[in-house]
Amino acid sequence: MKTLVLVEHDNASVKDATLHTVTAAAKLGEVHLLVAGKGCAAVADEAAKIAGVAKVHLADDASLEHQLPEAVAPLVVTLMADHDAFLASATTTGKNIAPRVAALLDVMQISDIIGVDGPDTFTRPIYAGNAVAKVQTSDKKLVITVRGTAFNKAAREGGSGAVEAVSAGADSGLASFVSAELAASERPELTSARVIVSGGRGLGSGENYTAIIEPLADKLGAAVGASRAAVDAGYVPNDYQVGQTGKIVAPEVYIAVGISGAIQHLAGMKDSKTIIAINKDEDAPIFQVADIGLVGDLFKIVPELTAKL
Amino acid sequence: MKILVPVKRVLDYNLKPRVKADGSGVDLANVKQSMNPFDEIAVEEAIRLKEKGVATEIVAVSIGEAKAQETLRTALAMGADRAILVVHDGVAEPLAVAKLLKAIADEEQPGMVILGKQAIDDDSNQTGQMLAALLGWAQGTFASVALKPPAIVTTDRRLNEPRYASLPNIMKAKSKPLAQKTPADYGVDMTPRHTTLNVSEPAKRAAGIKVADVDALVEKLKGLGVA
Repeated sequence: MKTLVLVEHDNASVKDATLHTVTAAAKLGEVHLLVAGKGCAAVADEAAKIAGVAKVHLADDASLEHQLPEAVAPLVVTLMADHDAFLASATTTGKNIAPRVAALLDVMQISDIIGVDGPDTFTRPIYAGNAVAKVQTSDKKLVITVRGTAFNKAAREGGSGAVEAVSAGADSGLASFVSAELAASERPELTSARVIVSGGRGLGSGENYTAIIEPLADKLGAAVGASRAAVDAGYVPNDYQVGQTGKIVAPEVYIAVGISGAIQHLAGMKDSKTIIAINKDEDAPIFQVADIGLVGDLFKIVPELTAKL
Repeated sequence: MKILVPVKRVLDYNLKPRVKADGSGVDLANVKQSMNPFDEIAVEEAIRLKEKGVATEIVAVSIGEAKAQETLRTALAMGADRAILVVHDGVAEPLAVAKLLKAIADEEQPGMVILGKQAIDDDSNQTGQMLAALLGWAQGTFASVALKPPAIVTTDRRLNEPRYASLPNIMKAKSKPLAQKTPADYGVDMTPRHTTLNVSEPAKRAAGIKVADVDALVEKLKGLGVA
């Protein structure tokens, strides 16, 4: 089987999410990559070195600068004439583009896979991870999004794929990019961090989030996250949210502070290797998934912890 | 401008899904089902656009078993003007749903379709993007983009706080028009492309321990190599 993996990048370098997706694609067959963007030749060269990559298709055009689905999807459809499966990471970029590709190919997409069980059979979580479904598709071409936390990263070195230029196709003019509001941060990125400190409603305010969570994260070199309740209450921006409809994370250590543990939040972090919970309510559901729990007042515990580390 | 708002009836947001013992799926018999919360936000947004004078008519659409009427009545009670139910028992995959919505959009000619970004049951997050592709329209999903109408918009949480339907509006909703259709009316083949071989419980985490104080927690963190 010949697979085509959409490379996520910022026109400068390959994002880690792609490395996980390459691993999933390799379980199906030969791995080809698509780098679509503007001035992104360096990304293609970097992508060609990823272990196991046979070929990189490079589409370099002004209309692809922001990788909007209206521009990228038709390009993928053209390339799918010579490929059997299209795989994208289940990130906002991938989730935007893949269904558009699937509809244009008249294929029913397989979303957010966590396992490859055969050439047409995959495992995926449903109901916010409260159930796991094994599904078999009858479609001839496959369109798949991949949950990164379920697959190891492919090595960034070791491959020697050939880079081949492809034409971008006509600009649809349907949509134009305005802005993306992303919080700039010196800290590691949530989805690839080794340690995450997350705060919830128990913090009470955005000021408390800054005063309590951030010093601990800085001490541990950790990324910072939040529950939906904390985001809804306006403590932190949207892109901090960990959960069913936010980011799915699986760090080595996840520290949940003042988070009760609604099933939607657990869906986003329960595959973390070690979960540590700090909460004043000893019956909070977060303790049912936590490996290490500490019951008490977070306003006393967390500063003390930060000081003792 | 007319706005089309598709809504889905799903297991209620507050309930924990139970996997059936025979592995055939999640048990939906005798449990409360409600409007997918993201769709509620879509309905609310459409009503606000009408209140601002941007929209003139709101048409709520649902695809599913006859009981999905209840979900449509909820949308009507919130403020939608009329509803279309495409009656279909069994699985309705996002691709088939997108095809039905395309046929309905061709007939109704809305200026905008507002959808919830995903359903909380299958978590597919596909229908809006697929519909945009089939219609050849722009899609406003996840980023801030300037769209040429007609367009598809999907809603996330925090866009708004959906209203509760008042009792008089619930009563009024009973007499609002609700058309019943079938997939055949729109010439859409509902045959699923996916077969669910098995549904199981996720692996459970082993029970953890509680530590007494911060010093014990520091020791544990050191043991994990992060402190």
